[in-house]
Amino acid sequence: MMQVVTEKPEPRRGPAVEIANLTATHQRHPAVHHVSARFAAGSLAAIVGPNGAGKTTRLRTIAGLHRVDEGRVTLSGRKPRVALLPQQSGMDRAFPILCLDVMLQGLWSRLGAFRGTSAADRDRAQQALEAVGLGGFGRRPVGAMSAGQFQRLLFARLLVQDADLILLDEPFNAVDARTAADLLAVLRRWHGEGRTVLAVLHDLELVQREFPDCLLLAREAIACGPTAEVLSAHNRLRARMMAEAWDETAPACAA
Amino acid sequence: MDWLFGPFIEFGFMRRALVGCLALAVAAPLLGVFLMLRRTSLTAEVLAHGVTPGIAAGFLIAGLSVPAMSLGGLIAGLAVAVGAGALSRATGGREDAALTALYLIALALGVTLVSLRGSTADLTHLLFGQVLGVDDPALLLMAGVATLTLPVLALAWRPLALECFDPGFAAAEGVRGGLWHGLFLVLVVLNVLAAFQAMGTLMAVGLMMLPAVAARHWARELSGMAYASVGLAMLSALFGLLASYHLDLPSGPAIVLTAGVAWAISVIFGPVDGLLARWVRRPHLAG
Repeated sequence: MMQVVTEKPEPRRGPAVEIANLTATHQRHPAVHHVSARFAAGSLAAIVGPNGAGKTTRLRTIAGLHRVDEGRVTLSGRKPRVALLPQQSGMDRAFPILCLDVMLQGLWSRLGAFRGTSAADRDRAQQALEAVGLGGFGRRPVGAMSAGQFQRLLFARLLVQDADLILLDEPFNAVDARTAADLLAVLRRWHGEGRTVLAVLHDLELVQREFPDCLLLAREAIACGPTAEVLSAHNRLRARMMAEAWDETAPACAA
Repeated sequence: MDWLFGPFIEFGFMRRALVGCLALAVAAPLLGVFLMLRRTSLTAEVLAHGVTPGIAAGFLIAGLSVPAMSLGGLIAGLAVAVGAGALSRATGGREDAALTALYLIALALGVTLVSLRGSTADLTHLLFGQVLGVDDPALLLMAGVATLTLPVLALAWRPLALECFDPGFAAAEGVRGGLWHGLFLVLVVLNVLAAFQAMGTLMAVGLMMLPAVAARHWARELSGMAYASVGLAMLSALFGLLASYHLDLPSGPAIVLTAGVAWAISVIFGPVDGLLARWVRRPHLAG
């Protein structure tokens, strides 16, 4: 079972995320098209929509990893720290690195390329491992982990990062029910600590059960707000109607 | 004992060859480990052949002079590194075919240039190197490159490892991946140039890649692999030179062959993914 790590509870507030008329493209075709949405400070929100609806692209624009063609993403507060949990596919899971070293990567914003780690840093890394149920895994190479364990490891790295805004891209893919429950507990803890959490998800039941707020995307924003209102039958039908293919002959957008 | 130490006590050229090869063996395999982990082992080969036209041009202008040939090689190597990077981006990471074309052209161009003016002996020198004919400038180049490579690589270690393991995270944390990778490629070019003095253009990456690939079978973690690769490279250099002396073999190929034997031993007997560990079934553990 999960142990709850008792850290000093510091009052914090994740940033509010304001998305204004955002367009981001892949080869000029919009993946996110004139989307406006607002997430309040400290909200726990899901981003849902059919495949190819621009969910990942949207997350990456907030993290500053995808070029914004038009519009703006604004985070409130002074220099909020942002952490992104990408999908696992971009990672080299055969890389010869120990779990504890992956944890220490979470301190990059403070340690950078050159500074050394202190005993307190290593303690924090160890605690994060224990918090996701990987207590004895410090000296284990990541190549020897299952997909679910690896996902726990990435969550633990997010714990170490201690960010104000946490972006999760399909965090519960390829994990079993127990792992998903454990990771959800971490999510709730973040929410309780006042951090802003945005997660791309496919499981609508899970969203309805656990996420107070929701943004339904189908390249354009269908609805944004309290989950129960956003995920109405009418809105879901509209999202399903989205044409997945590009229109090769699409003219330049005039809007 | 005499078999082991005799040649080095007796002959100055053997001592120089040993010092030069050990200098190569200290730095180059570390680069090889990263090349292997990035799945860009071919890059080393491309750069080794890519420097050839530059070296040949230096030879045409100034004869067998280490500074002229090295400068030419450096320019050509950097040009190829930049070109290979552009090819890699243009082909979306599927650059191997284009790179193969590039290095074949570079090699042919180098050989042609040397043949314009030089003798067969010069050509042999270009292709296979002259470990036993290492002169002072060459020795200085090899030692200097190793001296530069180690501290620079120590500084670049963490960004390189992070970029390799999780490029998305590295980008999100603001790691300048392209910058570090560029620096890394410069180091590879320098090491290839240093190795060229001893092993020639055909064998230059032998001490870089073979020990690195072999090291994979001795450690599960990056730093362990680094130590193993350097250890294997140094042993290969020493025993390669001894084999060359006692068995009257050409020295460059002897060193690479020794590194090859070390690799074969690693593949069979290495504790990590070794063949023997796979063949011999030991009872499974209780938990």
